[in-house]
Amino acid sequence: MAWEWIPRNLGMLGGLLVEHVVLALVPVLIGLVLAVPIGWAAAGNRVLRAVLVPAASVLYTIPSLALFIVLPAIIGTRILDPLNVVVALTIYTVALLVRSVADALAAVPSLVVAAATAMGYRPGRRFVSVELPLAVPVLIAGLRVAAVSNISLVSVGALIGVGGLGQLFTDGYQRDFPLEILTGIVLILLLALVVDGLLVLIGRISTPWTRVGATA
Amino acid sequence: MNALFSWLTDPAHWSGSAGIPARLGEHLWYSVLALALGAVVALPIGALVGHGRRGGFLVVGTANGLRALPELGLLTLLVLLMGIGLLPVTLALAVLAIPPLLAGTYSGVRNVDPGAVDAARGMGMREPQVLFKVELPNALPLILGGLRSAALQVIATAAVAAYVSFGGLGRFLIDGLRTRDYPQMAAGAVLVAVLALVVEGLLALLQRAVVSPGLRGGGRRSPTATVGRPAPAPADPDPVPVREPAGAEP
Repeated sequence: MAWEWIPRNLGMLGGLLVEHVVLALVPVLIGLVLAVPIGWAAAGNRVLRAVLVPAASVLYTIPSLALFIVLPAIIGTRILDPLNVVVALTIYTVALLVRSVADALAAVPSLVVAAATAMGYRPGRRFVSVELPLAVPVLIAGLRVAAVSNISLVSVGALIGVGGLGQLFTDGYQRDFPLEILTGIVLILLLALVVDGLLVLIGRISTPWTRVGATA
Repeated sequence: MNALFSWLTDPAHWSGSAGIPARLGEHLWYSVLALALGAVVALPIGALVGHGRRGGFLVVGTANGLRALPELGLLTLLVLLMGIGLLPVTLALAVLAIPPLLAGTYSGVRNVDPGAVDAARGMGMREPQVLFKVELPNALPLILGGLRSAALQVIATAAVAAYVSFGGLGRFLIDGLRTRDYPQMAAGAVLVAVLALVVEGLLALLQRAVVSPGLRGGGRRSPTATVGRPAPAPADPDPVPVREPAGAEP
């Protein structure tokens, strides 16, 4: 059996893992930063919501391989540019999160908002220190889906030459070497598990009030 | 853009076993097979676990775990182990169809108003009747939502099947990539995207047509409140979030 392939290639595997993490999670961060204002706009305006939320759903419908390939023509990158993958996954993340943000913000009780206003919060500070924190649980749920699906989607990028651990799939397939593919699958699953766990943890830490009263 | 347009309108690309209609047929065929196989596995498990209201944690956990499974890896691994053929491709695609179907069925059945279930038992229904006559019809919106997500996922991934020398619309993408034929690639990408959007739209219509009118407004209504006056139509029947049936997250 060729198990010793794994220890012999630890360096290469580590490099691919780092590339994979960057390709999958940078879009999550950018997507979050973009989705919050868009979702905020959608939550505050019925007409905008009727446009933005379905538009986001349509964007999310576009198959990843198709998006990876069409993007260069739209944004003018080279076809094998890693940027294509980052932009495509950012689009998916935004598409997924706009709805979460809009729903979460719309669900903030109006009494809480009114109380904050009465305490003298201006709309900007009220949003950052009252409404956004209350939206965190729903936001984290959206982020978990986005992060896990990005981690799995990055590997499709291997077909256009940029896929992090996905390159183990194309390489293993061409060399008829199942162990290499299996290694890639296991690493991706583990990565997804770890990132998902971290997001749950971040959600817990950033919403201490959700645990108060639950035990009382 | 012009090159893409002339590729798409070239009559030579619309006939023969490598033409667009033939590739589209193959693409749909794999997708339907995979969805059927996925449904055969996911629907009974989701319905039974939801009905028994036990073991849900396991179902949701499994569904979320399967979601992280990289499609390309699964496909290449199965093809290497089983040889190129319809079976490994269908299996790989079916595995992708299972998480949304399972999560949708489970959460649909699990979240049926317990009052309705109790009433059904009180009327003397046996357990199978409760499941088939009350819980499943009530769960239909979420089950169909799961089906929509699964169909999208499968159609998107069936494009990847071309990498392992299989047919479907993905052929245009992969062949175009190998020969640096950009118009062909772009045409393939556009065709796959359009197919996904059309199927999504059709399933959304189906969902509207099949779901019992009593379930449409969402929210719980008192049985007397609507007597003599139909409830107003829901303001915004948003599509179920694509690929993510409600309640998929614990």
